[in-house]
Amino acid sequence: MPAYLISRLFMAVWVIFGVTTLVFFLIHWVPGDPVEVMLGESASAADRELLRQALGLDRPVLQQWLSFLAGVLRFDLGDSLYHQQPVAELLQARYAATAELAVTALVIAVLIAVPMGILAAARQGSVWDLGAMGFSLLGVSIPNFWLGPLLVMVFSLALGWFPVSGRSGVASVVLPAITLGTSMAAVLSRMIRSSLLEVLGEDFVRTARAKGLSTYRVLIRHGLRNAWLPVLTLLGMQLGALLGGAVVTETVFNWPGVGSLLIESIQRRDYPVVQGCVLLISLTYVVVNLLTDLLYSWIDPRIRLERQ
Amino acid sequence: MRAGWSGAVLLLWALLALVVPWLPLQPEQISLPAILQPPGAHHWLGADDLGRPVLDRLLMGARTSFWVACWVVGLSVLAGTLIGTAAAYFGGLWDRALVLIIDIFMAFPGILLAIALAGLLGPGITNLVFALTLVGWVGYARLARAQVLSVKHREHIVAAEALGTRAPRILAWHLLPLISAPLVVEATFGVAAVVIAESGLSFLGLGVQPPDASWGSMIRDGVRYLLVAPHLVLAPGCALFLVVLSVNLLGDRLRDRLDVRSIARSAP
Repeated sequence: MPAYLISRLFMAVWVIFGVTTLVFFLIHWVPGDPVEVMLGESASAADRELLRQALGLDRPVLQQWLSFLAGVLRFDLGDSLYHQQPVAELLQARYAATAELAVTALVIAVLIAVPMGILAAARQGSVWDLGAMGFSLLGVSIPNFWLGPLLVMVFSLALGWFPVSGRSGVASVVLPAITLGTSMAAVLSRMIRSSLLEVLGEDFVRTARAKGLSTYRVLIRHGLRNAWLPVLTLLGMQLGALLGGAVVTETVFNWPGVGSLLIESIQRRDYPVVQGCVLLISLTYVVVNLLTDLLYSWIDPRIRLERQ
Repeated sequence: MRAGWSGAVLLLWALLALVVPWLPLQPEQISLPAILQPPGAHHWLGADDLGRPVLDRLLMGARTSFWVACWVVGLSVLAGTLIGTAAAYFGGLWDRALVLIIDIFMAFPGILLAIALAGLLGPGITNLVFALTLVGWVGYARLARAQVLSVKHREHIVAAEALGTRAPRILAWHLLPLISAPLVVEATFGVAAVVIAESGLSFLGLGVQPPDASWGSMIRDGVRYLLVAPHLVLAPGCALFLVVLSVNLLGDRLRDRLDVRSIARSAP
């Protein structure tokens, strides 16, 4: 177990390092001068030079990169060019909103997908199965930025049940979370169905049935317990994808999270904040996947033993 | 029957994208009296907030999404397959470097990188294609690599090597036909992903720039008028949804037809 843990941790650190470096160099190689953006076109050359020095942009790129890495280790991501405030503070203020949205979406997705996937597998080929798979196909084909406005049209404008946008109170999270959770529920229910179908074809399930156990018991105790391991991995990966997809959904609903901060900062060419947002989202993604992997090997002894 | 209409949608999409330059469209014709006009006899799908005909803009959007999908998927498959097969076949340092790169890209939400890249490079269709390709090739490289690793020790390849066949010929004639089925299926789903990604980035204002039209930017402009002119969001959204749905259906059918999963499973 320790060897596996260490190799997994090493991998995570490597990925974070790679992502950090990638983002840093991308930002420094792309055209567009932040100083110009901040001061406008009418600024004098001397003012520009002063600001460039103040921001450290006149130093060699390699030196900037090293000091950036050193800063990341201390959770110091520099100051926002626009807000005149540390990036870490900005991110902290936005992170809770994104987490709230992502977790709510995840819960909604699980609540939809688990019963649907089980039903589809238990009644394979039935109307239920067709319906569930139809939903799954629709769910992956409908983009967030269209589903969101559609939901707003029906539930906010026509029925007036939920606010159109923003983050105020419990009701405001419902529509963004459904928007974000639908595509995930689609993928998840399909996975649960196929994983469960595979397990239900095993010999021990036939034995359990032959023993005269109830359908419910066979399905839950013997089927689901074995089927949900691959589902768990997918769940971890999906939570990461959720955080990525949250960028679009947050923009649709004006949700004050990290994703909308990213888009705002891109438009303002606020490089340190863009860097910070990408870094934070990928860090979350990597950590969630790491935890899923560890949980997976903890739950399933076959994996733990195989890797020893 | 299901195959019929999804195929028809895709055919229509491709056909329209190809003939749009020769159609008498006026997607940039601003007309004040027509502002936010609902669908009617004069404008079949109504007019947008500048009085431009939605149908004409929809067709221009079809062209945008079609060409972006073609370029991104084409370039990604080409680059990914080349790099993946070569790395797996020759092995060694290049292969290890590729695995490290793949690991980074896979442990990272691709759309996030595409958003950051497209945003930093500045909006525009070329930058969009570049950003999506840079993110997209990795999946194909991983798939091609895994496939080549599983078939490269088969007898006919060993025989070809023993006969002194050059490596490029082995890759192109003896390996590629064996590994192409999963790549074709992956590329089909890739088209759906790219169509959504292009519209998504355009929705965020990072893709196609006005006055050019993309389904994503049409939805973005329409969201402001949800209450008074819902057709501005419904029309491009339906087009987008139909195309993506049809591509996904086609992908499902191809996967069943080519029996991709069982190929992958029988591999040692």
